Amino acid sequence: MSITYLEAVREAQAHALRDDPRVFIYGQDVGAFGGAFKATKNLAREFPGRVLDAPISEDAMVGMAVGAAIEGLRPIVEMQFADFSVVGFNQIVNQAATLFWRTNVPCPITIRLPFGGTEGGGPFHSQSIEAIYAHYPGLIVLTPATVEDAYSMLLEAVAIDDPVIFCEHKFLYYHLKAEALPSEALPIGKARIAREGRDLTVVAYSAMVHEALAAAAELSAEGWEIEVVDLRSVKPLDTDTIMASVARTGRLLCVGESWPWGGVTAEIIARVASEGFGLLDVPPQRLNARDTPVPYHPNLWMAHRPTARAIAASARKTLRR
Amino acid sequence: MLHTVLDTPPVGETKAARDQTLAAYRLMLTARLLDDKYAALYRGGKIHGGVFLGRGQEALSVAIGISLKKTDIFAPLIRDAAGRLAFGETVVDAIRTYLGSALGPMRGRDGNVHRGRPLEGYLPMVSHLGAMISVVNGTLFARRLKGVSGTVGATCLGDGATSTGAFHEALNQAAVEKLPLVLVVADNQYAYSTPTSRQFVCEDLADKASGYGVAAHSVDGTDLVACLKTAGEAVARARSGGGPQLIVARLLRLCGHGEHDDSHYIDPKLKTSPLGRDCLKVAEEFLLRQQWADSATLEGWRTEVVREIEDAVAQVRREPAPDPYDEKWQAISSRHLIELHDEDSGS
Repeated sequence: MSITYLEAVREAQAHALRDDPRVFIYGQDVGAFGGAFKATKNLAREFPGRVLDAPISEDAMVGMAVGAAIEGLRPIVEMQFADFSVVGFNQIVNQAATLFWRTNVPCPITIRLPFGGTEGGGPFHSQSIEAIYAHYPGLIVLTPATVEDAYSMLLEAVAIDDPVIFCEHKFLYYHLKAEALPSEALPIGKARIAREGRDLTVVAYSAMVHEALAAAAELSAEGWEIEVVDLRSVKPLDTDTIMASVARTGRLLCVGESWPWGGVTAEIIARVASEGFGLLDVPPQRLNARDTPVPYHPNLWMAHRPTARAIAASARKTLRR
Repeated sequence: MLHTVLDTPPVGETKAARDQTLAAYRLMLTARLLDDKYAALYRGGKIHGGVFLGRGQEALSVAIGISLKKTDIFAPLIRDAAGRLAFGETVVDAIRTYLGSALGPMRGRDGNVHRGRPLEGYLPMVSHLGAMISVVNGTLFARRLKGVSGTVGATCLGDGATSTGAFHEALNQAAVEKLPLVLVVADNQYAYSTPTSRQFVCEDLADKASGYGVAAHSVDGTDLVACLKTAGEAVARARSGGGPQLIVARLLRLCGHGEHDDSHYIDPKLKTSPLGRDCLKVAEEFLLRQQWADSATLEGWRTEVVREIEDAVAQVRREPAPDPYDEKWQAISSRHLIELHDEDSGS
């Protein structure tokens, strides 16, 4: 038996609904239809009245989740695409993210964002916008890269008493498979060494972890041993694991699928430069998507986002300095 | 019809109606005098940030607040001092938030009208207009999912907020879910300085209700008796399964947007029109004419309320201010997931 990343997302939600009567799911087409990606397939039937279609109203969807959280429930909101979550941005960053700080009342909501690029997705169905949420105090931002993490981190997200932005990569939905669901997992907030190496630390998250691993395999044939750190969680950021890896390798390359201005890769470089400058043998590098909207045609899309080949090329430059 | 109630009150008015009107008047008076005190403290430089008053809106505000049960949900807006008191807020809590007391519900983290106690059904507003409606929807939806019946949720807006996308999304959402929501719109002629002619072009904001498939109620917002009747009916209908209720009250804001605003832009003709009547005076005249109270009693109430407010201010001014060294600079409740930055270690 094997299970995909998408099925893991569905199974985690089924598990949460089964275990905790406070959990419900709200989003466009999530009910009888089972969601645009089928991440809630059959859940409306298994859990009557707890998996509900929402009108196309992202603002009101999040607002409703906040109200339900105040009443002690644990809503999961599915945004059909991460790109549309900005319509609910106000409720996420000004209502959900500030509630606990203002009132001491926790806001345990999970907002699922199917994000990241796929072939033919185009400018409004491909965005990676984890950084704008990580920028706001009061939010947890998760970016699972594996089937196991998609499952265990989503379960943990629902259990956390704070608002969680759960970024599920659409490219990984079908491409990634595991043998079984995990019985134990690293806790949220801990990064994972996805591959050990001594020559260069590549920090990545979500789909870019797999591009980085492919680059590491390519570079291995050339004699370089690349360490790949899978962040798992963008906020909180596990600076300790990154720093320990850089201490081993002396070289750092940060890879993100989102745009180059600011963002997660810039944050990591800033932290390593300010707190671990002495660990670096050469200037730290970063590789992001290009500073344009995400293009539609596969030829353009492949050249817009970092690929294994682009990561390997950047890594070689850093290694040869 | 509503004006006739005021001009020639029906004989045999029940004691309950009289008691409710008297209670509402006293809360309106308290809100007005509280507002006067905020304005004085503001002019004296004792308040950080803005002061937002509800002058002219007390009748509408108290009517919705007094029509709710303590187990209901209430999300007031900036001009709802009267409704807040009616729903159970204490004078001390209100003043604490304006003066930033560490003992207040917001502990100096937020101020003035941004106050509430969510676990008591009293939701603290964010500044983004229309944003509280869907939050109220969520509390009502949650009660239904938990099997708790009989809850009503009310929230207040001005005419300006009806132009927001949040208003549209949330009223439609409430209609789709058939939630017991009472949405109270004070059509007070100006959103800050913008007249309603630049805000909407429909004849009456209550006309919008039919587009959403929800019930509409129009009321003269200067008339306490009419407001009590309308709010009471709307709350009762929502409670008995009638779905969302939209109340639109026409009135005039009798102050600036905030105390920093001299409101010079308000059309003088509006001030002398029926809309410009002071609801507190209208209510007072009604009580005297009905002989439900005499002027000595009302004067006595005023003295008592002034003393209550002065005592509360004196108490709050002796309370500790928030201390940045004791402050927990943490925006999330999951302690194990808090990131520490240089700022937090004091370096």
